[in-house]
Amino acid sequence: MKFGIIVFPGSNCDIDCYHALKVELKQNVEYIWHDTENIDDFDCIILPGGFSYGDYLRCGAAAANTRIMESVKEHAQRGKLVIGICNGFQVLTEVGLLPGALIRNEKLKFICDVAPVRVENNESPFTNQLVEGQIINLPIAHGEGNYVATEETLKELKENKQILFTYQKNPNGSILDIAGICNEKRNVLGMMPHPERACEALLGNIDGKAIFESIILSLQGGTKK
Amino acid sequence: MKAKVYVRLKKSIADPQGTAIKGMLNKIGFSKVEDVRIGKLIELDLGDVAKEDAEVQLNEMCKKLLANTVIEDYRFEIEG
Repeated sequence: MKFGIIVFPGSNCDIDCYHALKVELKQNVEYIWHDTENIDDFDCIILPGGFSYGDYLRCGAAAANTRIMESVKEHAQRGKLVIGICNGFQVLTEVGLLPGALIRNEKLKFICDVAPVRVENNESPFTNQLVEGQIINLPIAHGEGNYVATEETLKELKENKQILFTYQKNPNGSILDIAGICNEKRNVLGMMPHPERACEALLGNIDGKAIFESIILSLQGGTKK
Repeated sequence: MKAKVYVRLKKSIADPQGTAIKGMLNKIGFSKVEDVRIGKLIELDLGDVAKEDAEVQLNEMCKKLLANTVIEDYRFEIEG
């Protein structure tokens, strides 16, 4: 089982993800530089937070047009796992692996805080170690986390139970309080909160660990707690 | 061949930046302003291409990179 963290110029949560997986969760994990073509070896690809390509034009727009994202699309089409955190979520919507888009926070401010997040659905490879309705506290740090989508998309998200996480107190204007969604096949997750920053007891919060533990369990073939 | 691309948030998408600027304009004496929407103007030099090719290219550029058609509309003007 191998995790791969894609590093774009401007990614800055790549090291946090690496630390969480390597040190805290004892996993086999490697950085993948953005011009790599072959990612066949990896079981789960992580698109980390940060400001890829300086967020020029739109957050995630430049990263979405890189060669490696073609490989990530193929990886996802094969049913393998992809998780995009913060800027990674923005990249996943730009590339079309997840529906909707993320725009400027309603109040325009960059928000750096801890957000109580509700688990809406625990039947996914990303949430099987959590309980539906459970509240976990996760760090958020973004200026463009305001999720928008058409009525039709929102209806689909609800019907297919693709909304995995919602904010308890909406920080950014996100529609339906959406904090994280998955695709219909349930192998691609995008979320604005940072689980990787909540995996180390020394830092006072390990609520994010269960998300990675869920992924590990599902890669091992298990599904339930 | 030069071109200008205008990218704007769709009408259905709220524009928090525009709303903030509207409030500011109202406050500094332009009390009648009812709505502000902020978009982008992108100026391009396309090099030596025929006008028809330029149109095809601009449409592709907008769809692939310059605009996110989930939330934005675009239009362009070709000069000369």
